[in-house]
Amino acid sequence: MPSTAVIDFDSTKPTSPFYTDSHREWRDVLRRWLAKEVAPYVEAWEAAGEIPLALYGKAAEVGLLGLGYPERYGGTSAGIDHFHHIVTSEEAAQIGAGGVFASLMVHSIGLPPVLALGSDELKARVAARVLSGERHICLGITEPDAGSDVANIQTRAVRDGDDYVVRGSKMFITGGLRADYVTAAVRTGGPGYGGISLLLIELDRPGVSRTRLEKMGWWASDTAALYFDEVRVPAANLIGAENQGFLGIVLNFNGERLGLAASANAYARVCLVEAARYARERRTFGKRLADHQVIRHKIAEMLRQVNATQAYLESCAWRVQQGETPVADLALLKVQATLTMEYCAREAMQVLGGAGYLRGNKVERIYREVRVNAIGGGSEEIMRDLAARQLKL
Amino acid sequence: MKILATVKRVPDPETSIKVKPDGSGIVADNIKWVVNPFDEIAVEESLRIKEKVAGSEVVLVSVGAKVAQEQLRTGLAMGADRAILVVAEDGLEPLAVARVLVKVIESEQPDLVVMGKQSIDDDSNAVGQMAAELLGWPQATFASKLELAGDQKTATVTREVDGGLETLSFPLPGIVTTDLRLNEPRYASLPGIMKARKKELKEIEVGALGVDVAPKARLVKMEPPPKRQAGKKVASVEELVHLLHTEAKVI
Repeated sequence: MPSTAVIDFDSTKPTSPFYTDSHREWRDVLRRWLAKEVAPYVEAWEAAGEIPLALYGKAAEVGLLGLGYPERYGGTSAGIDHFHHIVTSEEAAQIGAGGVFASLMVHSIGLPPVLALGSDELKARVAARVLSGERHICLGITEPDAGSDVANIQTRAVRDGDDYVVRGSKMFITGGLRADYVTAAVRTGGPGYGGISLLLIELDRPGVSRTRLEKMGWWASDTAALYFDEVRVPAANLIGAENQGFLGIVLNFNGERLGLAASANAYARVCLVEAARYARERRTFGKRLADHQVIRHKIAEMLRQVNATQAYLESCAWRVQQGETPVADLALLKVQATLTMEYCAREAMQVLGGAGYLRGNKVERIYREVRVNAIGGGSEEIMRDLAARQLKL
Repeated sequence: MKILATVKRVPDPETSIKVKPDGSGIVADNIKWVVNPFDEIAVEESLRIKEKVAGSEVVLVSVGAKVAQEQLRTGLAMGADRAILVVAEDGLEPLAVARVLVKVIESEQPDLVVMGKQSIDDDSNAVGQMAAELLGWPQATFASKLELAGDQKTATVTREVDGGLETLSFPLPGIVTTDLRLNEPRYASLPGIMKARKKELKEIEVGALGVDVAPKARLVKMEPPPKRQAGKKVASVEELVHLLHTEAKVI
């Protein structure tokens, strides 16, 4: 008699001491919300290349957009910790469409510098409108000739009276096609990281143009190249002090890496669950795939890697919660998580065989999204190098 | 105005239910528990009234095991003001629940009680009616629409009945039980969840209410519905007709 034991996202996760009632309740609410408001439309949004703008408002209502942001701007921060963020990444991943969340949650990289360093006037002008889903903000660091080497940024902002005049371009900008604002790294001073500022640029200003970028995965994300041709921006839009932008950019990275690792490992777990489900259904050579040793060992190996990564993730999150900034471990955690995602996507595809290669299933989509996770937010190579430097070898 | 809404803890309707081998009940392990969907509609309706009528209060009440706190928290996270849990670890019969509710209603003195028309586990569809009778209050069951007069002294309820709609009007206080089409409940939200942790959740031991909750009926046996038999393929229309006549005996 075939086993009826449950093998799903929850059952494969080890019990963890870090989650309390509010984490569990948030998981429940978010799961219901996603099942009703997002999951049924994923295929259509992927095909359309964007998510409907109305989704931002709905996400604001359920508390998703405001997660971790100050109450003053419509967010929820009291009692919120990194594990609420992990829960959010995990639930989002179970829908199996990274592009939807990349654009829905793009403010999570664009807004923090404004809140950390911006003037009260700027925060009041931008934050509440972004967290209510009425306006959208993206982050513009990467350029055709600069990315992780932030110090090499070439987009220039030249002071002219009460304005800056911006000239240059930004590349691979998630959510850039429809965003209202970009938090942009611009060069206001001399060469190197000491000459970089952060500037909020409204994207409806004269001289801004944008081009849609077609991608391997993340189809529902409106990723763009942004061009600035003599764009006049009020100096009041400067985020923090002039030539002090580098720190703001780097501060952002550590939190982003924890989130990226949480979601990459959750995608790996989705692949594991999908592979196990299929292996129990599909029969070859007179028995279930799951009864072939070569297949069942694949499932066990995926589980080993996913749960080892989960332990590393939760340990890092706990340390950050205690006030530590474990730079090397956060960088290596991201490497660990995306390698696990890559491994599980590959192995799940092997288990699903032809069924996995067909369009319209989670594993196929996750397989196409491996690279954006392994590269975006700091590539594996950059992460290892960063960790090695921290070790002072 | 003060509105009392009921919240029962029930198995998630999407959970697959297994009956215990000895037929004494269902296997409660590994089940996800939720707010009875009809009660969720009752909470939503109460919150909508609160949003319309300034100064209103929504109080939730559950009768059940201590773990029903979770479902009350869900209702608080949706926006209710406070909650009362009457702790009764053993499941109570509808009449006992109605008697307990009457005690709570007498002490809370709400203007309106909104409850699910039935719970999706026991499907008794009895508590609302019984409580109204015990209180001598008007009742309107299976509401698909609920409107209050401007002075909040009268309620008008539309009920979906065979062949059409029935409209009832009655003076408050009264009891309304909700049908599926009354509203679409909101999601609890993250800020709602965080705020709910600070809201009052009062527990009362059922024994302290001094009502007779002794069971009047005995559960003889629970059994799962018969397993669906595999279908049969037939070669021709003649064979199909023959089998429908001789085996299925439907023609």
